Amino acid sequence: MWRDHLTEIIIFTALFLFVSAMGFVAARWRAPKDMAHLDEWGLGGRNFGGWITWFLLGGDLYTAYTFVAVPALLFGAGAAGFFAVPYTVIIYPMVFLVLVRLWSVSHRHGFVTPADFVRHRFGSPTLALVIAITGIVATMPYIALQLVGIEAVLKTMGLTGEGALARHLPIIVAFAILAAYTYQSGLRAPALIAFVKDTLIYIVILAAVIYIPYKLGGWGAIFDAADAKFSASPAPNDGVLLNQNNQLQYITLALGSALALFLYPHSLTSVLASKNRDVIKRNMSALPAYSFLLGLIALLGFMAIAAGVTPLPGAKPGTVDNNTVVPLLFDQQFPGWFTGIAFAAIGIGALVPAAIMSIAAANLFTRNIYKEYLRRDATPAQEANVSKITSLLVKVGAVACIVFLDPQFSIDLQLIGGVIILQTLPAVALGLYTRWFHRGALIAGWAAGMGLGMWMLYQIPNPAAKRAHFGGSAFPLEKFGFDTPRTVYVGLVAVLVNLLVAAVLTLALRAAKVPEGVDGTTPADYFADETDPRVGAEPREQSGAAVQPAPQV
Amino acid sequence: MDESDVGPAPEAVASRAKDRSPWNWLLFVPIVVPLLTPLFNRETPRLFGFPAFYWLQFAFILLGVGTTTLVYQMTKKRG
Repeated sequence: MWRDHLTEIIIFTALFLFVSAMGFVAARWRAPKDMAHLDEWGLGGRNFGGWITWFLLGGDLYTAYTFVAVPALLFGAGAAGFFAVPYTVIIYPMVFLVLVRLWSVSHRHGFVTPADFVRHRFGSPTLALVIAITGIVATMPYIALQLVGIEAVLKTMGLTGEGALARHLPIIVAFAILAAYTYQSGLRAPALIAFVKDTLIYIVILAAVIYIPYKLGGWGAIFDAADAKFSASPAPNDGVLLNQNNQLQYITLALGSALALFLYPHSLTSVLASKNRDVIKRNMSALPAYSFLLGLIALLGFMAIAAGVTPLPGAKPGTVDNNTVVPLLFDQQFPGWFTGIAFAAIGIGALVPAAIMSIAAANLFTRNIYKEYLRRDATPAQEANVSKITSLLVKVGAVACIVFLDPQFSIDLQLIGGVIILQTLPAVALGLYTRWFHRGALIAGWAAGMGLGMWMLYQIPNPAAKRAHFGGSAFPLEKFGFDTPRTVYVGLVAVLVNLLVAAVLTLALRAAKVPEGVDGTTPADYFADETDPRVGAEPREQSGAAVQPAPQV
Repeated sequence: MDESDVGPAPEAVASRAKDRSPWNWLLFVPIVVPLLTPLFNRETPRLFGFPAFYWLQFAFILLGVGTTTLVYQMTKKRG
C-alpha cells in the first residue's frame, strides 16, 4: 500500500520536481545567442568542458536500467552478470583514440550524427540512411527501458494501481514533464540534471555498500549467502564464479557490449557536445569512476540474496520481476527518508539518458532523413525545430511501448538493439580509420550481420520464462553443429560475419569497377582541434557539387 | 571559412604527427587483461570477504585508469 511509503513518496516527488524545474531553467544556462540552431539545441553549443562532459557521459552511459537490471542479473544468475565491469573497463582504452578522431572530423565538418559522418566519408546517402534507421531503431527500446527503471521504483512504493491506465499514469506524467523540458532546453537540460543525478547516485551507493554489509554481517557473509543460493539451485550456469561453459559467453558479451556502446547515437551525442579533444581524452581516464560504482551496484544483487529479498510478481501470473530486487532491498534496509533519496536517484537516473537518447534519435531523423530526403534546403532553425518536435514523438512512442506492450518486449528489443547497433561498426568505427571498404559492400555486410543476428536471437529459448524464441543473447554453439555446451554472444558473431561479407564484396565491387563515391574528408580532418576552422558553415551544400556526379548506391 | 580551407591545414598536419605514439600500444593491456577469465575466475584469495573474481576485476578498473592516464600524459601536446 502506498500509505506505508509516504515519506519515500514525498522525498521522491520533491526531488523530481526540483530537477524538473532545473530542466526548464537549463535553457538559460550558458545561454547561446541563438537557440534556434541544431548545434545549440541538439549539442548544447558543442562547448562542454571536462566536468560537464564527465557528468553528462556518466549520466548517459550508466542508465537507470543498468542500475536496476545488472544487480537483477547477479541476483538471478551470479557471476555471469558481472560482465558489466570488464565491459566498462575495456571500453575506454578501446575508444580512447577512436572518439577523438570522430570528434575532430565532426568538428571540422559540423556533423551532428554518426550518419552525417558516414554520408560524407563514403559519399552515400543510402548508407547514411541505413545507419540512421539502425540508430533510431536501437535507441527507441532503450528509452522505453528507462521507463522500466522508473516503474520498478514506483511499483515498490505502491504507486501503481491495477488496470492498464492506473498502472502507467505516474510514468506518463513523469515523461510528459521530461518531454516538455527537453523540448525547451535541448541537451542543456540533461547536462544540468546529470549533476544532481550523479551526486545522488554516488551518495546512495556509497551509503549502501557501507551500511548494508554492516547490517548483513560483512561482505564474506554476503558472498557465502549467494554461493549457498546458487549451489542449491538446479540451474546449470549460475554461481558466484564462472564455469567452463559460460566463460566464452562472458568474454564475448563484455567485448561485444563494449564495441556497441559508443556506436549508440546517444553516446556520440554527448561526445560531440564536448569542446575539444583533450576533454574527451581526459574523460576516458575519469569515466571509470562510474565503472567502480557500477561494480558496487551489481553486488547489490548479492546483498538482496543475503537479505532474503523476494522479488515482486511480474506482469504475467506466475512470473517474478527481478528488476524490483534493488528497490525492495533499499526499502527493507534503509530508513524511509533515505529510501526516498535512493528511489529519486534511480528515477532521475532514468530521465537523463532518456532525454539524451530522444535528442540523439531526433537529430538522426532531422539530419539524415528530413534534411536528406524531405527538405534539402532546411535552415539551421528549421532543423532545430524539426528535431524538437521529433524528440516529443520519440517519447510518446517510448511511453506507448510500455503502456500497450508487455515490458518484456522492450527488454527483448533492447537485447536486439545491442546486436543491431553493432552492425554499424564497420561503417562508423572502421570508417574513421580507413576508406578501404566499398559503400555497397558495407550495406551488404550490414544486411548479412542483421539477418544472421536476428536468426540467432530467434533460435535462443529461455526455459525459465517458458519462451521458445528471443530468450537471451547467449547462443548455444551446438546449434552451429559444434559438440559443446558453450554459448557465445550473438552480436559479436554477427559483426564478424558482417565484416567478412563487407571485405569480400569490397574486393568484388572494386574488381567490377563499381563507382565508390567521393570521400568528403581529408586525412588532416581527423586531427583537427578546437582552434581549427570549420570547413564552411554548411559543409553539405559546399561539397554537394562534388558528390552529385557519382552514381548513388 | 572560404573554399581554400578544404586542404590540409598546416597546423592539423603537425598535430597528426603528434597523434602517433608508441605509448598508444599500452592501451591494449587494459583491453586484453580483463577478458582473460582463466586469470581471475577463482575464489581465493579473498580480500575483505570478496572472492578473487570480484576484487581482481575491481582492480582492473584501476589498471584501466592508470594506463589511459599514462598514455594521455605521455602523448599530450606540449606548449
